[in-house]
Amino acid sequence: MAQEDDELARQTAEAVARRGYGKLVAFLAARTSDVAGAEDALSEAFAAALIDWPVHGIPRNPEAWLMAVARNRMIDAARRRHGGERAADHLRLMAEEMEASAASQAYIPDDRLRLMFACAHPAIDANVRAALILQTILGFDAAAIASAFLLSPSAMSQRLVRAKNKIRQAGIPFRVPEREELGERLEAVLEAIYAVFSEGWSDPAGTELRRRNLAEEGIWLGRLVASLLPEEPEALGLLALMLHAEARRGARRDGRGEYVPLADQDMALWDAKLIDEAEGLLLRAGSMGVVGRYQLEAAVQSAHVVRRRTGRSDWAAIEQIYDVLAVMTNSPVVAINRAIAIAETRGPAAGLAALDALALDAQLAEYQSYWAARAALLARNGEVEAADQAYQLAIGLEPDPAVRRFLQRRRSEMSGRPEARPTSDQTG
Amino acid sequence: MKYMLLIFANEAGQQAASKAEVDQMMAAYGAYTQAMIKAGVMAGGDRLQPTTSATTVRIANGKTKVLNGPYAETKEQLGGYYIIDAPDLDAALSWAARCPAASHGVVEVRPIWTM
Repeated sequence: MAQEDDELARQTAEAVARRGYGKLVAFLAARTSDVAGAEDALSEAFAAALIDWPVHGIPRNPEAWLMAVARNRMIDAARRRHGGERAADHLRLMAEEMEASAASQAYIPDDRLRLMFACAHPAIDANVRAALILQTILGFDAAAIASAFLLSPSAMSQRLVRAKNKIRQAGIPFRVPEREELGERLEAVLEAIYAVFSEGWSDPAGTELRRRNLAEEGIWLGRLVASLLPEEPEALGLLALMLHAEARRGARRDGRGEYVPLADQDMALWDAKLIDEAEGLLLRAGSMGVVGRYQLEAAVQSAHVVRRRTGRSDWAAIEQIYDVLAVMTNSPVVAINRAIAIAETRGPAAGLAALDALALDAQLAEYQSYWAARAALLARNGEVEAADQAYQLAIGLEPDPAVRRFLQRRRSEMSGRPEARPTSDQTG
Repeated sequence: MKYMLLIFANEAGQQAASKAEVDQMMAAYGAYTQAMIKAGVMAGGDRLQPTTSATTVRIANGKTKVLNGPYAETKEQLGGYYIIDAPDLDAALSWAARCPAASHGVVEVRPIWTM
């Protein structure tokens, strides 16, 4: 019996932690500017719950119970640290406000967006913002975040500690910026969320549970921001982009775990519900009249999905969207994708010419997707030898073994093909 | 919260400025200072003499070493500071952005250590 109570308490605590962790941290941190203190107090509260709940039963409002314990822990900790009069004043104010909100039927205001804006503040290093959001809103520990971002746990943990200190010491506000300054700040929040999602997306097989969770958590954060800022077209655009990508997760690998390129994917494996939701969001964002990077990238996904009706991606539209994105972002990845689209609309030679125009950029020498795109277009253009070399570079630069095997298959298919002739004047 | 705005600008450029440019800059700083006083955020500030007037002191092995010149040779030099009282970093940053030096030099914003 005691064991069952323990189990139930643990399950309830876990469920509350999953749903409410970020909300509780945000509430406590927004009032004290002390993110690390809020996290410590909350973890102590969870530990206390695991002892108290099996004995006294699960409280009617577990979140409010945890909040009350965490709040008291924070006040105790601050008292130990300061002791002085000024600190006592500050604490009294904090306690009163918390008391007031606890009295109002344990309604805990949702400050997660404010916390996200603090984490993604321009005064915080750009390379730690996504990690900081993962930790504070979702409760990931430093080791889990470190492994997702390919950093050592101690390096990641140091970065997180420094960032939290910066928030407190520099007085970074917990607030959603005013409309006129929202642009750049929202961009940082969306960028951090997209970084979370992309870390998860880079493990398409979902073999690493931790990474797969990151993709889900990214979407969860995207939904949160879209629901809290429903009038921001880029927030909707980002969510649409992530949902489109997620909808194809099941089709990116075949039964044996081998990589399946977009053009060969079985459309029956695409998640129609997610696609419909993404299309709806994109439509709503589009009606607001402000185009942005995420809406455009979602629109590319949307043009691929057209294949469900017509049997072919709308490459003309995709080329046009990449034209706009190339000007907007000046990103080499966009330029590569634009060249691929050009190859579809005007043939591989035109696509190669577009890639050639990029070749001056020394950075591209290490871009796997540049060499993979180049190899595919050279092969289609019949330039077997050059394609073979490009495939070799692409394979050497690819970290994902499934994609590596795919490229190796393509490479050997090409050289084994008797009809492949080493001429350069062919057009597709 | 109290913040210090440290104003870094190129001294050589300032010394080479014409009288009209100097007048313009002085007027800009005057207006900026007045605006901060009006807004009730101003808690102090001074302009410093150029770094050619600076002397550094350190004690090594019990001996006082006095050297001519500023601590660090940098492209831009510390030329003055303001102390402001602002509710949070964003407010301090928006005051820093209004400082005339922000458009030709750089303004560092540092929270004041409170005991």
